[in-house]
Amino acid sequence: MFMWIIKRDLLLAMRRQSDVLTTLFFFIIVVSLFPLSVGPEMNMLRTMAPGVVWVAALLASMLSLGRMFSNDYLDGTLEQMLLSPQSLSLLVLGKALAHWLVTGVPLVLMAPVLGIQYDLPVEALFVLTTALLLGTPVLSLIGAIGAALTLGLRGGGVLVSLLVLPLYIPVLIFGAGAVEANMAGVGFDAHLSLIGAFLLVSLVFAPWAAASSLRVSLE
Amino acid sequence: MLQGISLACVRGDRELFRDINFSLEAGGLMQVRGPNGSGKTSLLRMLCGLSNPAAGEILWNGAAIRSLNGDYFAAMTYIGHLSGTKDDLTVIENLRISSALAGFEINDTQASEALEYIGLGGREVLPVKVLSQGQRRRVALARLLACKTSLWILDEPLVALDVLAVKLIQGLLEQHLKHGGMVVMTTHQEIDLIAASTTQLHLA
Repeated sequence: MFMWIIKRDLLLAMRRQSDVLTTLFFFIIVVSLFPLSVGPEMNMLRTMAPGVVWVAALLASMLSLGRMFSNDYLDGTLEQMLLSPQSLSLLVLGKALAHWLVTGVPLVLMAPVLGIQYDLPVEALFVLTTALLLGTPVLSLIGAIGAALTLGLRGGGVLVSLLVLPLYIPVLIFGAGAVEANMAGVGFDAHLSLIGAFLLVSLVFAPWAAASSLRVSLE
Repeated sequence: MLQGISLACVRGDRELFRDINFSLEAGGLMQVRGPNGSGKTSLLRMLCGLSNPAAGEILWNGAAIRSLNGDYFAAMTYIGHLSGTKDDLTVIENLRISSALAGFEINDTQASEALEYIGLGGREVLPVKVLSQGQRRRVALARLLACKTSLWILDEPLVALDVLAVKLIQGLLEQHLKHGGMVVMTTHQEIDLIAASTTQLHLA
């Protein structure tokens, strides 16, 4: 059943490619705006790069959060998911995973290309991509909680950013920190391990928390 | 057996109903009646476990449905006002996915047979967004054929259906009741169903 929900969400994303593409192009444009506006000062760009890429990834992944449950809520499929004999947490995990595959993975793949604009060395590009690979699923998982909490509320889109962005901060700090550490010649393992730890913790808790909020939202 | 014991429903500071008692045996039909806003849908959502009653208890085979969770959901199908179909998916994809999520995986042949029966033969690969209201309703109702559950909770199942489809659903419900299934439904249309026992529940 877990596979069915992923298959379903990927199928829906394929039928509505514009949703996926807007997120990706938003990311590309925001990241590309900085070098254009700051000017070709290599040292400054290199210092800025990790932060800019991560902030853009945060905003891009948040852009699509509103759609995570709201479409299913409006057409009644979410109601049916709540009535599934399968545990709701597992279904939410499936939905978060599908969200990551659709919005997170393209960002991860695109990041090394965009990093070139900032004159990042190859090793830093590698670290940036790895950090994003570990960090973007956390964004989808934590985002699921926010999306579930604000389901059916007016102005939920703004509220979800207020709820979710503060929770993204640890991932942002250590994600950008890993790349900075690498460029400064210090080890970056600790940063990546911490993001890995965030991922594990959110894998356990986020689906459960989101499932509980969904039950409340639909009552 | 489905039982409701002194159920009450409160919306905001308004009490919709209280002290609702009923008991539904195998092969039994319960029709919930009442004017608009009397809490029919609220009662049905309670019975399927989407919301909790303000007071009282709902029992399935003697155990509270809240404690059963998955086991109860595996024995129950709810079709509400919302069709529960995705506009961008085709008719057959919708049926296969919604059945799988309800715990009954079916293959393409079984899905086609169910759709043929419900009168959507030849429309399997159309996206649901191009269907009419009545046809969408049929897609939702096709789930009753795919999911072999014993308790059906139907909120206005006949809305938007044409005369032939109403007959079809009537036959489907009677067959289900004959085989020991249970049906809880609301409808504003007059419909005569042959059942081992029929309960009328009036909400004021």
